[in-house]
Amino acid sequence: MSACCPACGTTVLAGEAFCEQCGQDLAAAGHSGSCTACGSAAVGSDGYCENCGMLQPTGRDHAETEVETSAGVTDRGLRHSKNEDAMALVTAGPGTVIGVVCDGVSTSSRPEEASQAAADMAALTLAKRIAEGEDAATATREAVAMAARAVAAAARPGEDAPACTYVSAVAAGRHVTVAWVGDSRAYWLGAHPALLTEDDAAPGTHMLTAWLGADAGEVVPHVREFTTDGPGLVLLCSDGLWNYYPEPEALAAAALDDTPVAAARRLVRMANDAGGQDNITVVLIPFGQGDAGDATVAFPKERSG
Amino acid sequence: MADFTIRVDQNKYLPAGSQEVHGIVTAEASGPVGAAPAADAAEVIIVDTSGSMSYGKINDARKAAQAAIDTLRDGVFFAVIAGNHQAEVIYPGHGGLAPATPQTRYESKQAVAQLRADGGTAMGRWLRRAADLFSAHQMAHPDAIKHAILLTDGKNEHESAPEFDANLAYSAGKFVCDCRGVGTDWVVAEVRRIGSTLLGSVMDVRRPEELADDFRAMTEAAMGKTVADVALRIWTPRSATLNFVKQVSPALEDLTGRRTDVDALTGDYPTGAWGGETREYHISVRVPPGQVGQEMRAGLVKLVVPQTGQVLASGNILALWSDDPALSTRLNPRVAHYTGQQELASLIQEGLQARNDGDIETATARLGKARGIAERAGNDETARLLDKVVDIDPATGTARLKRVVDKADEIALDTRSVRTVRMRKDPES
Ligand SMILES: [Zn+2]
Ligand SMILES: [Zn+2]
Repeated sequence: MSACCPACGTTVLAGEAFCEQCGQDLAAAGHSGSCTACGSAAVGSDGYCENCGMLQPTGRDHAETEVETSAGVTDRGLRHSKNEDAMALVTAGPGTVIGVVCDGVSTSSRPEEASQAAADMAALTLAKRIAEGEDAATATREAVAMAARAVAAAARPGEDAPACTYVSAVAAGRHVTVAWVGDSRAYWLGAHPALLTEDDAAPGTHMLTAWLGADAGEVVPHVREFTTDGPGLVLLCSDGLWNYYPEPEALAAAALDDTPVAAARRLVRMANDAGGQDNITVVLIPFGQGDAGDATVAFPKERSG
Repeated sequence: MADFTIRVDQNKYLPAGSQEVHGIVTAEASGPVGAAPAADAAEVIIVDTSGSMSYGKINDARKAAQAAIDTLRDGVFFAVIAGNHQAEVIYPGHGGLAPATPQTRYESKQAVAQLRADGGTAMGRWLRRAADLFSAHQMAHPDAIKHAILLTDGKNEHESAPEFDANLAYSAGKFVCDCRGVGTDWVVAEVRRIGSTLLGSVMDVRRPEELADDFRAMTEAAMGKTVADVALRIWTPRSATLNFVKQVSPALEDLTGRRTDVDALTGDYPTGAWGGETREYHISVRVPPGQVGQEMRAGLVKLVVPQTGQVLASGNILALWSDDPALSTRLNPRVAHYTGQQELASLIQEGLQARNDGDIETATARLGKARGIAERAGNDETARLLDKVVDIDPATGTARLKRVVDKADEIALDTRSVRTVRMRKDPES
């Protein structure tokens, strides 16, 4: 986990004593609970400064996670007051990595709760079912159903139902199982980079045609499986990244020559440098490492619904 | 005690650099109504007995006071004051309040039956007398809900303006006073000042024979109050300015100048006693300009019992700077509605003032515009009263003042200009 420098906003990692950018003493300020805007020690439990009123950055504003060699980075971006994206990265036994990215729908109520509930529930369900010996595609459908139920259950009378998108990947051996609802994406980044998902959105717009939420009706995820004989990365991301970098080649060029955590940070920084209009979440799962030969991606027929 | 809730309606999104934040705070009390112990309610009935009350009015005033006495629950403490250029407690005689029993009701109604119309008008002295009765009662009954009814038919002619001001200030905070003006010789602005200061309603009563029903209804409403003293406690950030705090429903009341500081960033605004009811407040805060993506709490609004500090409910007024014009230019419908209601009241009051000053052009413009707003916003009663003052050509929409206007209609329009309607179509329900 990491946080933002209270003085200049630069990302700083847990354990760092001073901000690399401006030299702020991190122990003295940001992490002691004082206001990042005015320095007052009186910050309420609801996150607003009791002196100047500013909402304080939270752990979700910028978070990083690493599981074995996989990594995830989520960031508030530059234009939103909250990070409504959520991610989960877990293992299910040796050699199997599960990644989930969910993007809260901004116009719904409490989108940050929806995305977190969906990501947590899906990762938990996938890990449990795969550990029990279930195949990845069946476990994935179950995980999406459980996540959809968790988001629907968060609805309260008298408000718009909380809603979010969903994309997940289960990487095991040479097999990857990808599923999505909405416009969060999965990419294959290797010698022949490719977009693995097709947005559930009206073409050329951000008008979602599918999402998780009490008002979504029955949720039918797209589930796709593929195998590869070469090394590369599976990228899961929210539209905060792909709005700026939709091309698989550009993403591969930025990600392939570094460790996953460094590559994830770089992709997030690129999105922020391009404007940071939305929350940005990037999960990178290395895949087929050590296998010989060129990376090729083979898609079987989609088995959704 | 009743259950209190607060809801805030606003558009929290501001364009970059913008500083004005508006919110409508809906405060609702529900739950056990009429559950306050009778001994914790105190009622003083103040009847105008000036000379102008003769010719029959005094008879209707007697009946009204007696109707109010009959409405008091057993055990409620009460007194009756006869007011002219002096103030006399005609019941009970011992300088305090008497608990309502069949016996005291009978005795007090006998005393009321003896009221005679004679002398001048000095309302400040009536209020001071009531304040002293309540203050004495407060010693033994600290939680008492203190309510008075004031009836007048005339101008406040027999005390100087400074004395009236002093008497009104002396009474502020000691009790809530609902005021009624009967006939056409009382001055709306004068009585409105009493109602505002003492957190009560002001209404015109066109015919004296309507007084009894009105007194009964007011007393019943007073008996329904369960919490004596509630304040709106508002925190605003350092370097922010509270532009105004106004009650906007059920009637307009500017509370901005009524602040009692709690600390450097927090102030209390009195709201009086509450029963099962809903009131709405318009709060405007000027905040320092923020950057896109920043979120700020521009106000923390609480309902509190000021004596104990007990918090009954709370809500946030937020500011979130955005570069999305679709978000930041959206008007919150409730803020827009009550902004319109405030404009309507100003137009009516300014229009009537201009009419009295002989400025026909201004009067016509203001009252004509008011007629249009009243119709669009659903102020049906106001529209009906405006029709008695101004004619609108249905073809051209041009307004023209009526030549002859019933004084009672003018008074009704003025008095009721501060009463608002709730949104015709509530998007929340
Ligand atoms: Zn720094
Ligand atoms: Zn602060």
